[in-house]
Amino acid sequence: MALLQISEPGGQPDPHQRRIAIGIDLGTTHSLVASVRHGVAECLPDPQGGKLLPSVVRYLPQGRRQIGAEAFQGAALDPLNTIVSVKRFMGRGVADIAGRDKLPYEFVDAPGMVQIKTANGVKSPVEVSAEILATLRQRAEDTFDDELFGAVITVPAYFDDAQRQATKDAARLAGLNVLRLINEPTAAAIAYGLEHGSEGLYAVYDLGGGTFDISLLRLSRGVFEVVATGGDSALGGDDFDGALAEWALAQAGMAALSPEDKRAVLVAAREAKERLSTDEHVTLSCRLGSGDLELSVDRSRFESLTEGLLARTVAALRKVLRDAQASTDEVQGVVMVGGSTRMPKVRELVGAFFGKPPLTDLDPDEVVALGAALQANALAGNAGADELLLLDVIPLSLGLETMGGLVERIIPRNSAIPTAQAQDFTTFKDGQTAMVIHVLQGERELVSECRSLARFELRGMPAQVAGAARIRVTFQVDADGLLSVRAREENSGVEAAIEVKPSYGLSDDEVARMLRDGFASAEADMQARSLRESKVEAERLLLATRAALAADGDLLDTPRRQSIDDRLVELERASAGDHAAAIDAAIEALASSTEAFAAERMNRSLRDALTGKRVEEV
Amino acid sequence: MKLDSDDFELFGVPRRFEQDRAALDARWRVLQAEVHPDRFVAEGAAAQRVAMRWTVRVNEAYQRLKDPVRRAAYLCELAGFPVKAESNTAMPADFLVQQMAWRESLAEASALPEVLALRDQVTVSCRGALASLQRLLDAQRDPAAAVQQVRALMFIERFSQDIDLRLERLET
Repeated sequence: MALLQISEPGGQPDPHQRRIAIGIDLGTTHSLVASVRHGVAECLPDPQGGKLLPSVVRYLPQGRRQIGAEAFQGAALDPLNTIVSVKRFMGRGVADIAGRDKLPYEFVDAPGMVQIKTANGVKSPVEVSAEILATLRQRAEDTFDDELFGAVITVPAYFDDAQRQATKDAARLAGLNVLRLINEPTAAAIAYGLEHGSEGLYAVYDLGGGTFDISLLRLSRGVFEVVATGGDSALGGDDFDGALAEWALAQAGMAALSPEDKRAVLVAAREAKERLSTDEHVTLSCRLGSGDLELSVDRSRFESLTEGLLARTVAALRKVLRDAQASTDEVQGVVMVGGSTRMPKVRELVGAFFGKPPLTDLDPDEVVALGAALQANALAGNAGADELLLLDVIPLSLGLETMGGLVERIIPRNSAIPTAQAQDFTTFKDGQTAMVIHVLQGERELVSECRSLARFELRGMPAQVAGAARIRVTFQVDADGLLSVRAREENSGVEAAIEVKPSYGLSDDEVARMLRDGFASAEADMQARSLRESKVEAERLLLATRAALAADGDLLDTPRRQSIDDRLVELERASAGDHAAAIDAAIEALASSTEAFAAERMNRSLRDALTGKRVEEV
Repeated sequence: MKLDSDDFELFGVPRRFEQDRAALDARWRVLQAEVHPDRFVAEGAAAQRVAMRWTVRVNEAYQRLKDPVRRAAYLCELAGFPVKAESNTAMPADFLVQQMAWRESLAEASALPEVLALRDQVTVSCRGALASLQRLLDAQRDPAAAVQQVRALMFIERFSQDIDLRLERLET
């Protein structure tokens, strides 16, 4: 960590072993786990040597389940109970799911997030995703034969708060300590940026199984800045399969009515599509209830069928350039991500649009997981990783509902995070003593076209004439992109606040229930886990505080130094015991007693940085 | 260098309208590299909170400095002439007439080229307004007059957003 390094020779021994941190690409069609080993990021294979885990979970009777390749086999046989592309359902209600009439599942319209009826009971997309994450966590633990420090998990840049929260809940359920959620294109840039030392404006074109993201990133001296993001959360390889399948059925004059048939024709279409990336002609064949479907397809036919889908990606490219006020010739390189970028037509189109061939050095399936692993390694504070700093923006605007169902934007999209913005509002009626704060996310002007994130009330304001009250609403977004909102009536000091946990997020109680209900990965005793985590945190804080005192202890007078020393001793004593709560209290006490000290150290280091002493190091 | 320094002090740039965007960007990165919470992952809660406050402050200043209209409004405010855009919308008649003419053209435009032509027109007008803002703030040091120009630019910006929305619809 740049600020706290000690310059004295031999000043800081590293008592920690290397912390094992993993990066997970939780994809629509498949997922991967990667980690930095011997200074190099690599994807971890399963015992059979496969790196890609199909993001498929099949629920069988009597609480049994299959995950990955085994479950994928079941997709055609048992489509009702085999959940594929679950990522599309994360943080979504039934009405949000595009093309749901073509899906074989039996949806249950639960409040907030959709659920799916299976042979093993009703499942939430969070639970399904947790099965996938737990499988990858197990794979990593087996690989290292050790406890994991934490994980960085990637999400599409377009994911809104509800979807990010759902992803975080799934990780929690899978027993993972989430170091950070990062955007997939950003992870891809990390993988390329570090390995090639690239500088300048780059585009990341990510056409995955279920989502399309386009991002513009500025890479400079180890800093990754997301300049703008765009895309389409309902466009991906699955749609190419769908277009081909639909055409094939029409050509053959057949229909796929049963869930089994729908699944079978989609699987056949996907296989044909993949082979068309290398072959000019292929045969698409599958067995349907009403007979065999066999059809020859050539590449140009496939390309004309999917022309409209690719045109949508190009429209998104234009839009993101407009947002960034950049032109194609300013873009120095284009990173290709996602298995769908193996299609020759995609590479050709993107190359033509930017006027330069896209970068395809790294495996487009692995690149996101590799970048996530590098970021996880940096966040775990492992040596040699502290040069990497990720600067991020919020992907969608955040705002409030005002009179007439209109949205007032408080934080515009693409604002750098962490950030805080305040805006003043007033009352509409004479004598109004309460006000509803309705928090929304999206780019549209109408409340009905944006996503509702939270709603809370500010009550107990003194009665005043309309327009006299001054209500300051403050939005704060932390480095993880999670929002909290505070409202305060300035004349009276009446206040209300909310941590925005979208209504779709799981409450702590729900997570506890799922764990009790025998979730696969919950073998760990939660209490033992929390004690272990507290001890690790205590050790980390003791170490950091001592290092800070050694470096900048001269900032403190004797009484303040004494007070910090006392808290240090107390924390040391607490962490020798077995009371997680006592350790947490001592951690908080030490943290509070050092806050002013930390602020002064920050001032000192900024002064140094800005007088030029440290500029070359960043 | 304190949390309550003004944006210009924080970024170590002269307090004036004209700014070098590349210098602002570079300074922002230097500041971020020092204060971002990710630099303090292993340092515990106190350092995280301090880092969070600083990063929020740095980002706030950066958003304001890099946007010419917000920067101008901020300069006016520092000089004791707050823009008060929400309460004061009085504009000269000829400006309002032009605004109405633009809005009519946008309402009538049905094809991409017409909208693009209108956008070019607005861009030129925006550039002119920015140039006069620079004159008023940096050369004539007349923040009272600049306030009026800032309000005009806020109108123009809002209209530009409407044009962009229309372009998006026409393209999809």
